[in-house]
Amino acid sequence: MKRQNKIQQIVLIIFFSLLCLGIIFPFWLLLSASFSNEGVITTQGYQIWPNPFDISAYEYVFRNPDQILRAYGLTFVFSISAMVLSVLLMSMIAYPLARSNLKGKSVINFYLYFTMLFNGGLVPTYLLVSRTLHLNDTIWVYILLGLINPWYVFMIRTFFKGIPGEIVESATIDGASEYTIFVRMILPLSKPVLATIALFVFLGKWNDWNTALIYITKPELYSLQYLLQKIMEDINILKQNQELGGMLSVSDIPAETVRMAMAIIVAGPALVVFPFFQKYFVKGLTVGSVKG
Amino acid sequence: MASKQNVSAKSMTTLSRKKRKLTTSDWQLYSLCLIPVLLVFIFNYIPMFGVILAFKNYKFNLGILGSPWVGFSNFEFFFKSNVFTQLIWNTISNNFLFIVFGIIASLIVAILLFELKSRNATKTFQTMLITPHFMSWVIVSYMVYAILNPNYGYLNQLLALFGIEKIDWYSKPYAWPVILTITSIWKNVGMDSVVYYASLMGIDTSLFEAAEVDGANKFQRTIHIVLPSLVPLVTILTILKIGGIFRADFGLFYTVTQDGASGNLYETTNVIDTYIFRTFKDNATGNSYGLTSAVGLLQSVVGMILVIATNALSKKVDKDLGLF
Repeated sequence: MKRQNKIQQIVLIIFFSLLCLGIIFPFWLLLSASFSNEGVITTQGYQIWPNPFDISAYEYVFRNPDQILRAYGLTFVFSISAMVLSVLLMSMIAYPLARSNLKGKSVINFYLYFTMLFNGGLVPTYLLVSRTLHLNDTIWVYILLGLINPWYVFMIRTFFKGIPGEIVESATIDGASEYTIFVRMILPLSKPVLATIALFVFLGKWNDWNTALIYITKPELYSLQYLLQKIMEDINILKQNQELGGMLSVSDIPAETVRMAMAIIVAGPALVVFPFFQKYFVKGLTVGSVKG
Repeated sequence: MASKQNVSAKSMTTLSRKKRKLTTSDWQLYSLCLIPVLLVFIFNYIPMFGVILAFKNYKFNLGILGSPWVGFSNFEFFFKSNVFTQLIWNTISNNFLFIVFGIIASLIVAILLFELKSRNATKTFQTMLITPHFMSWVIVSYMVYAILNPNYGYLNQLLALFGIEKIDWYSKPYAWPVILTITSIWKNVGMDSVVYYASLMGIDTSLFEAAEVDGANKFQRTIHIVLPSLVPLVTILTILKIGGIFRADFGLFYTVTQDGASGNLYETTNVIDTYIFRTFKDNATGNSYGLTSAVGLLQSVVGMILVIATNALSKKVDKDLGLF
């Protein structure tokens, strides 16, 4: 029986090792393609192992790094701003909702909840944001859209509810205002959930490409992911021209390797950083109960 | 109202009050809500009034309110157009594939992870499985492109080893439900399995001990204890996912297909969300704002009905679960 268990464990470990290799493999393919030689790719296709090892794609990208650095900077700035603002504002509404005796609480709950059920859709939102508020082609469109996510609000509220009422009660008796209680006690006690939500918000903003797709036309305001998306599109356009006209030469741009190098430059840092925060993401899922 | 704000907080036992009057602390709590409520009003509620566009023929110079009413003609146009059945079918069938195979895959992963004894191994594997979740759809689209590129792609190279000629995947619509399902599972299986895994960790271990005493093997244990314990959760999650079946993952259907490879793949990959976006972007047709609003409104209303219905259903399955 014991030996059987051991064999089972070994089989499981082999199974998961293979599965994980399969999951990680596409990352490796990108990496390998980005370090390949453009000429070799055009004759033999992308290589699983770059031979010869060639960094000219990266040289090409970093010869003129302004665009990518700007996109990195911009994306970082709006992701951090949105994260801080969003967590603060969502806590501000979650706290009153966590107090069992507040009048009109259910109205506010429904007010938030309804936005999860029904929305105006793309065109009315677009008209509001760009024609009325004129947020298009500004950094604000990245920050202000989706600041309040009802789902996250309810998660924060659920956590707040778990904080013992005596803490609030004793502070009130000591004459503390609700603001003081919120800032000095509730927020510090809720670090785990706030960190989790902050990461969710940050990840969402960092990976945001469709806000730019709809609202941004100025190249200097492209978010990182949208820049990557544009590069894919633009090289596609180059290729189509080449096929149609037969005259245009794209051979001076190592198009295939540059594209893959860009994907690595964009994905790399996130790939290294986010797994460190994995436990928060997992916690966010298993905190689970959103009801109330 | 202002006078109420001046009532001293000290005189109140704030937590156990039964009084009707609003206290200072109440006002302070309301004031905390103010900015978030306002933001939700601006960015969520004001656009809701914009759905009247669905009944109008929008003209730039006339604005939303000034544009002429056209009744249900936008809807009529959509119902009669040949994309209607295509969109509904593609959205539902693709989502159906994602739901069914997604659940099967994440269940298998969760159950096998649960059988794994070494905690360190479990953690390492979980980390790797979750990694794709952190990537944007744009990056995923690059990976898919590297694999499927007709001239240089890895898949065609692999097929060449078996003597199969190059296939131009980006012009083969019938391959895409499979490709998209695999992509979707690849990205989500790690995160999805976490929920099931967490639920498995909550099983009363005495059940396993009892099973062992009765001489049950691992397989019997899985069939008789592990799987049944997951039934309520699987049911609820499935029901909730069905509630969202009218909403497609825009990033997946737009970037991973390379914008439907400029039309070649619409047959199987054009979904409600991508149709709305493309019609909106390609505004040369003039009437497109009214039409896209109509389609958006339709999606929103049907989606809302589905969510409410499925939620009611999930509550019947298990009172404690369900979204609200």
